[in-house]
Amino acid sequence: MLRLIAQKLALGVMTLFAASVLIFAGTEVLPGDLASAILQNNATPETLAETRKELGLDRPAVVRYVEWLGNVAHGDFGHSLANKRDVVEELAPRVRNTLFLALYAAIIAVPLAVGLGLAAAIRQGSIFDRIVNVVTLMTISVPEYFLAYLLVKFTAIDNGWFPPLANVTDESSLVERLYLTFLPMLTLVLVIVAHMMRMTRASVLAIMASPYIEMAILKGVRKWRIVVKHAFPNALAPIISVIALNLAYLIVGVVVVEAVFVYPGLGQLMVDAVSKHDVPVVQACGLIFAAAFILLNMSADILAIMSNPRLRHPR
Amino acid sequence: MSARSSDGDILVVDDLRIDVVGDRGKGPCLVDNVSFALKRGEVLGLIGESGAGKSTIGLAALGYTRLGCSITGGQIVFKGKDIRRMSAEERRMLRGSGVAYIAQSAAASFNPAHTIMEQVCEVPVRHGIMSSEKARAEAVQLFRELDLPNPETFGSRYPHQVSGGQLQRAMAAMAMAARPDILVFDEPTTALDVTTQVEVLASFRKLIREHGTAALYITHDLAVVAQIADRIMVLRRGKMIELGNAGQILLSPREEYTRRLVAERVSGHSFLPEQQGEPPLLTVDRVSASYAQLVKVIDNVSLTLSRGDTLAVVGESGSGKSTLARVIIGLLPRESGDIKFRSESLTPRLADRNKDKLRRIQMIYQMPDVALNPRQTLYDVIGRPVRFYFNRTDAQVRARVHELLRQIDLPESFASRHPGELSGGQKQRVSIARALAAEPDLIICDEVTSALDQLVGEEILRLLKRLQDELRVAYLFITHDLGTVRRIANKVAVMRKGQLVAGGDTATVFAPPYHPYTELLLSSVPEMRRDWLDEVLAKRKAAPAGAALRPA
Amino acid sequence: MSDVVRRPALRIAWLRPRLFGHRLSVTAMIGILIVVLNIVAAVLAPWIAPFGESDIVGDAWADPDPQHWLGLDNLGRDLLSRMLFGARTSIGLSLIITCLSFSIGILAGFAAAVAGRWLDILLTRIVDLMLSMPTLIFAFIILSVLGTDIPVLIVTIALLDSTKVFRLSRAVAMNIAVLEYVEAAKVRGEGLWWIIRAEILPNAVPPLVAEFGLRFCFTFLFIAALSFLGLGVQPPNADWGSMVKDYRDMINLGYATPLYPAGAIALLTIGVNFIVDWMLAIHSKGHGESA
Repeated sequence: MLRLIAQKLALGVMTLFAASVLIFAGTEVLPGDLASAILQNNATPETLAETRKELGLDRPAVVRYVEWLGNVAHGDFGHSLANKRDVVEELAPRVRNTLFLALYAAIIAVPLAVGLGLAAAIRQGSIFDRIVNVVTLMTISVPEYFLAYLLVKFTAIDNGWFPPLANVTDESSLVERLYLTFLPMLTLVLVIVAHMMRMTRASVLAIMASPYIEMAILKGVRKWRIVVKHAFPNALAPIISVIALNLAYLIVGVVVVEAVFVYPGLGQLMVDAVSKHDVPVVQACGLIFAAAFILLNMSADILAIMSNPRLRHPR
Repeated sequence: MSARSSDGDILVVDDLRIDVVGDRGKGPCLVDNVSFALKRGEVLGLIGESGAGKSTIGLAALGYTRLGCSITGGQIVFKGKDIRRMSAEERRMLRGSGVAYIAQSAAASFNPAHTIMEQVCEVPVRHGIMSSEKARAEAVQLFRELDLPNPETFGSRYPHQVSGGQLQRAMAAMAMAARPDILVFDEPTTALDVTTQVEVLASFRKLIREHGTAALYITHDLAVVAQIADRIMVLRRGKMIELGNAGQILLSPREEYTRRLVAERVSGHSFLPEQQGEPPLLTVDRVSASYAQLVKVIDNVSLTLSRGDTLAVVGESGSGKSTLARVIIGLLPRESGDIKFRSESLTPRLADRNKDKLRRIQMIYQMPDVALNPRQTLYDVIGRPVRFYFNRTDAQVRARVHELLRQIDLPESFASRHPGELSGGQKQRVSIARALAAEPDLIICDEVTSALDQLVGEEILRLLKRLQDELRVAYLFITHDLGTVRRIANKVAVMRKGQLVAGGDTATVFAPPYHPYTELLLSSVPEMRRDWLDEVLAKRKAAPAGAALRPA
Repeated sequence: MSDVVRRPALRIAWLRPRLFGHRLSVTAMIGILIVVLNIVAAVLAPWIAPFGESDIVGDAWADPDPQHWLGLDNLGRDLLSRMLFGARTSIGLSLIITCLSFSIGILAGFAAAVAGRWLDILLTRIVDLMLSMPTLIFAFIILSVLGTDIPVLIVTIALLDSTKVFRLSRAVAMNIAVLEYVEAAKVRGEGLWWIIRAEILPNAVPPLVAEFGLRFCFTFLFIAALSFLGLGVQPPNADWGSMVKDYRDMINLGYATPLYPAGAIALLTIGVNFIVDWMLAIHSKGHGESA
């Protein structure tokens, strides 16, 4: 089992490395290069060549990549092209804000979704199950900003329960933050709860259909014990991967939700940087998003290995 | 037909009816008008082909029906109480401690997340029959009675850590743990190899006899039920055909259907004559092969067969017999040795063989359900090889398809049907027609009857034999069923762990002096005689020669 | 639990027509209605829209009146006309992208499943790598350099999306390729093309049709999200995602304006998902009636 986990860890590191190559290649090797991006319409062949030299773009891509990766490893992401600030300084508070929002949503969404998913699976075919199916199907079909604006319109504008914008600052206290980010959190929760509970329901149902559950029924085991003792340990691995998958999805959902609520997070920063062709910032944001995504997927794999009895107790 | 209940009866089933109940009312009837009574300590065998309703009846004895089915009529009286009238809680307490169930596949029925001991002790402890310590001690005792290795520590293992035969016995321990009055065995040895089946069957019988437990023993194999049942009930399509003492059913069955079932088992112990003076058609010469260049699955195997021969390759699961077929066909390239076909060497890889060589060797598969493309009509299925190998016109192809359909006893109108509209036996006939369409010299038959019911399989064998007489095609017949071998093969090759153990004319290989493994295999095939199991066990005790070959 | 879970049969069964030999569910019928209405709007937009796509016909944010049912937008254009033309852009673009991603994905997926080990390993590795990053982030990186012209959008999203089609079609083809009727075709000596076309493809159609619906939804939402973030379809083209962005400030003034385009996006995806859900349900029930 340890060997398998080590393999997954190594694979995670390799994937992260490959992702960094991809990000670098995407931003620096594609035809429209950095220099023309900076100069936009003012580009003449002379200024272009000069800017290229200034940026070190005349050197081979491989050399520049190694240099960039070395700097990144030391925590140096370079300077923003838009405002010349140090990227790390710019990023740090943003990363904190985004992590805060994602965690806030995850802490509420995960238990809720797993609980609802189990309930729907146990009462398969009931009115509750069917209503839940239609409602969650609608929720996963709907874009985040539609839910967000609905919430803003009815809870913030019409009734004034929550602020329509989540403009937190570094000075905001925890309680203030929780209040200000309530609507963005709720939007995210609605979306991932729907996804997560549908997947939980499906994986529990797959387990409940297996012969050893029928055997437990034929042994006269109580229903709650069948679910808790016989189904749950086996459903754990699929549920864990469902959670990880949805937390990874959360990363992307955050970008749009931040835009709706003008929340000073990493997503907003990245969207700005993309429209301004601010390559160092795009690279840094991309690398952070990719790392979080890879880390989540890797943990899901590892937890799934650890919860598999065949691997935990080899022959 | 009503069962007369008497004081000794522990279970009385009267006029039982079970229906499929779907969204839109009643579906087909699974069990109709079935009545029987089970005495304390008595073993009743339920026998029938698939779809006979035997498992459904067995589960009904626990007050359980599978999803979509429902008990719609009759009574199931356990110790004077109708199970259908019990509360859900009473029914729950009945299961496991009153009536316990042993399923066909122990590997699927044990929960992979818990140790065997936890699962064995669950019923007695949770039903408040024994303390945890007592249940554990009893479980160890049961493991011992069932001849499981290291009974003291056996329970601490997880289901995937023990062999199939052991797990099947562990399931009997689990069922027996709360000392139920009735055990329901549902095809408990069907998934096992023959040599394992003997041991497991003997353990089951010992357990039932020592504890004086009554049992319903469900199986499709009359010879198995003959060893263990006091009385036998024959079922067909949900209806009871015949119910009587085991001896009477086996020796003088009253009903035509029972007679056919019994006859299939005893008939045909005649060997075919050897094909004289024919040059060899296929010569396999010291061939070895392995998966991913690592695991050797075929080790130095040699065989020959001629036109009109039937060579049976027999062995248990994992013996490499199906792999041998794949090596000959070229799906798994051989690593060493040579295969000659019509005195020309065949290339190891399928892709390097020309159309004519491919045409002359055809194959029929085990699972008729997946051997035919469900989106093609029978005309497409059978017509394709005709078109592919012989470049015929549409009219010629059509005529040939009709001719082939007639040869396999199907009406010409079937040409426009899809495989989904056929029965298992009909699908297998179509597979045969597809092979014949190529006009081959050799047909490789890979376990072609093992997915079919006995009587249907029998018809397929008869068809193959008739076609051989007409067309002089040779068969390489891969099977685990030694009964089949004796009936249809004039040559036999016995395989074990990738090696050829014995080979030659069936009459020679299957007659003394035997190779020890051949003898073990032959002696493990259940026979209809009711004292067969006792004889085998006595013989093995006296001469433990083949012991090393037997499974743990 | 002896213990049939019985679903109450819908009594209005006779009201529901059949499709592919299966009775439509109520939700599937709603879904079909939504999709048909949207397609009609998209196709007929130039003829049924009361005003042109970017004609300025009055004051900004004018209230609804009998000529302008939904009022005017931030530049004084007719909102209803913008919505109808928006359907054309949003749906048309998503369909083009989905078709492109499907062609690439299925071709690569089937080839990987049937053609042999090396191609399979190569393609699978590439796809794993592309899926190691969230699709949106990947798209950001490419768009940050190449800009957001329509052709760039189409190719970028189609390529990213084809990775998911690749995975599914490879898995489906592999499941079919191990079946014995495919082996029988190989043993007969049939070529690769025949095996894909006659043996695998007909059996792979049902799961792929459902997947087409899902991928369409994904692409549609993806484009809309990019436009909403200002990185997708650029003015002056009407497109539902960028309309949400353009009208977003109105929500703070108490108007529901951004909810119209956002609601239209939501409605169409719900409709498609209802149909897909029904198709997946009948597919998992087996081929019973269709055989």
